[in-house]
Amino acid sequence: MSGHSTYEPKTAFERWLDTRLPILRLANDTALDFPTPKNLNYWWTFGGILAICLVVQIVTGIVLAMHYVANSALAFNSVEHIMRDVNHGWMIRYIHANGASMFFLAVYVHIARGLYYGSYKAPREVLWLLGCVIYLLMMATAFMGYVLPWGQMSYYGAVVITNLFSAFDKIIPGVGTAITTWLWGGFAVDNATLNRFFSLHYLLPFMIAGVVGLHIWALHVPGNNNPVGVEVKSKADTVPFHPYYTVKDAFAILVFFIPFAWFVFFAPEALGHADNQVPANPLATPIHIVPEWYFLPFYAILRAVPDKLFGVLLMFSAIAMLFALPWLDTSKIKSMRYRPTARWFFGFFILATLGLGWCGGKLPDDVVIPFGRDAVSGEAVGFTVVMMSRVLAAYYFAYFLLVMPLLGLFEKTLPVPDSISTPVLTKGGAAMPSGAAAAPEKKG
Amino acid sequence: MRFRLMTPNKMRTVLAALTLGAVAMTAGSALAKTSAREPQDVHFSFEGPFGTFDQAELQRGYKVYYEVCSACHSMNLLSYRDLAMKGGPFYDPKHPNTPPAQSPYAKAIAAGVQVSDIDTSTGDVVQRPATPADHFKAPFPNEYAAKAANGGALPPDLSVITRAREGGPAYVYSLLLGYEDPPKGMTVPDGKYYNPYMPGDMGSYWAGSKTEVPEGGFIAMPRQIVDDRVSFDDGTKSTSANEAHAVATFLAWAADPHQVERKQTGLAVMIYLFVLTLITYLSYRRIWAKIGH
Repeated sequence: MSGHSTYEPKTAFERWLDTRLPILRLANDTALDFPTPKNLNYWWTFGGILAICLVVQIVTGIVLAMHYVANSALAFNSVEHIMRDVNHGWMIRYIHANGASMFFLAVYVHIARGLYYGSYKAPREVLWLLGCVIYLLMMATAFMGYVLPWGQMSYYGAVVITNLFSAFDKIIPGVGTAITTWLWGGFAVDNATLNRFFSLHYLLPFMIAGVVGLHIWALHVPGNNNPVGVEVKSKADTVPFHPYYTVKDAFAILVFFIPFAWFVFFAPEALGHADNQVPANPLATPIHIVPEWYFLPFYAILRAVPDKLFGVLLMFSAIAMLFALPWLDTSKIKSMRYRPTARWFFGFFILATLGLGWCGGKLPDDVVIPFGRDAVSGEAVGFTVVMMSRVLAAYYFAYFLLVMPLLGLFEKTLPVPDSISTPVLTKGGAAMPSGAAAAPEKKG
Repeated sequence: MRFRLMTPNKMRTVLAALTLGAVAMTAGSALAKTSAREPQDVHFSFEGPFGTFDQAELQRGYKVYYEVCSACHSMNLLSYRDLAMKGGPFYDPKHPNTPPAQSPYAKAIAAGVQVSDIDTSTGDVVQRPATPADHFKAPFPNEYAAKAANGGALPPDLSVITRAREGGPAYVYSLLLGYEDPPKGMTVPDGKYYNPYMPGDMGSYWAGSKTEVPEGGFIAMPRQIVDDRVSFDDGTKSTSANEAHAVATFLAWAADPHQVERKQTGLAVMIYLFVLTLITYLSYRRIWAKIGH
């Protein structure tokens, strides 16, 4: 999509087509000859993994939609009909349900890779922003998809999340309620809500696919970032995407499929919640309302604040931080390989996010570190989950608002190589020893 | 549809939703703390990647459901034909090409049950013997009748019960056998029974120290599974443990009737993936062999 095209039409048909719709040229330049840094490690395979995840979700989703009924009286049983009576319906549904979790797992790794190697920095800000948009769309899609089986967690998840918008009543009275009513299509989460969620759940993945197209376009203008964080200087720094990265991505995708298949076939409901096998009942609230694991860090941030409006705003800001990051990070160096101090802060950031996820799955008043027992009630007192959430959320925001702007100005960095090829050729520190690389040929 | 069409219920729905939103947002300090004893460590033949069902036990389990549980509990998602599906309690491996709905076993079992239907020539409600295509006959015509007959408590539908409860079949087994005399200091409400495996919050029924509130909860179902409640046709001893184990097995099958097929497919998928991954890895090493990186 950028730079000089290397495509040469080989047949008369290709020449004919190339002057009318250069689609083969586009395919060649983006997926075959695209010059790619030769030092990409396995963290870079998650882009391809995510593309496959999207395709898997869309294909299984379309088949599920052939059998699913978006009606509050029929939805739960239609899902069970898929599981029981549709040929291999259980497999399609479990791939789709666990596929959502695997999709989020991959996207979190993909985002973390971008954070560590500074993939959001110039000239890739638009690429990063488009990625953030995809992530937002994914969250909306996953949330609405989880509502569709119309179990207890579906229903009460929808109640809790849509009610978040009623917090805006505090800013302009009536507006929050109006938004919530508009989202519901009535005065409660009900059939109208389910029906529109289904409609949007079918629409959004295609919007994601569209933004993924833009994301790839924005990738192919500056080209890939790489673990060294130094831009490509010469042809010696790159290899054509095919076959080098098609085979590497294929290998990574297959490795990714192994735990994916393990969940689908051996623990298909391990990531779900038993309560969602109980049909939605607006009059019986489950004791614990827990979102899916991939939303838990944000759920913890939401609950860390006693004020509902502030909690909602804080939760949305947690995602907004990602959008602002390209302009918050002042470091001139992309890769944290050469930012030893930043590496520590990054490590704690990952731990804080995982910790927030843990907090999101616990009750806020659960005691993490007990200090003793309350004299009257006899209940354990101490450092609670909500307190821990506050500490971790404070670090989460400090990472973006304090560490990223200030560290770039004061930190001591390591010398950065002149080009991608330099560290490989001068230090002889090839990622793969040449002897090992030769071994497969002997076997083959 | 009931909840959606009736205005008073709709009002309550709105109130419930709004209250819940408020409760969930205020850091959840009002959430009850429930506790229950961990289910017993009981072994089932269908556990693990290689587990399968013992067909004889599935048949015994169906008998327990039919003779005991089905007096109060529906299984609305199951049809009589399902009993004869591949891997089901009455599947006949000698006739693998017989569709479940044509199975003589499913036909015979269904024929023993009278279900309501509409006489198409008069429009009257009539009773007729069930066919394999009919869903399991529910014990009550609607939820209100079920509650009225059970002291206000609704016996849950058992179609997916092992998937709908933490602990699955081990929980069902433990609960059925787990009835105990309430500990001293506990007030058991009328029409309720103490069961340590039932999740609940005993705090307000407990006279003793707040730090020693017993685990468990109250259940509206009295103990049902006792020795010799069901006589098994295959000579298996009718101990309460055998009965509970059989019905938990049957319910685990009913909740996920394709699970053996799923796991067996999974094994083939795993082998396929490992081989393909290895081949792809070797291709990767070979293609990259000449690139210094």
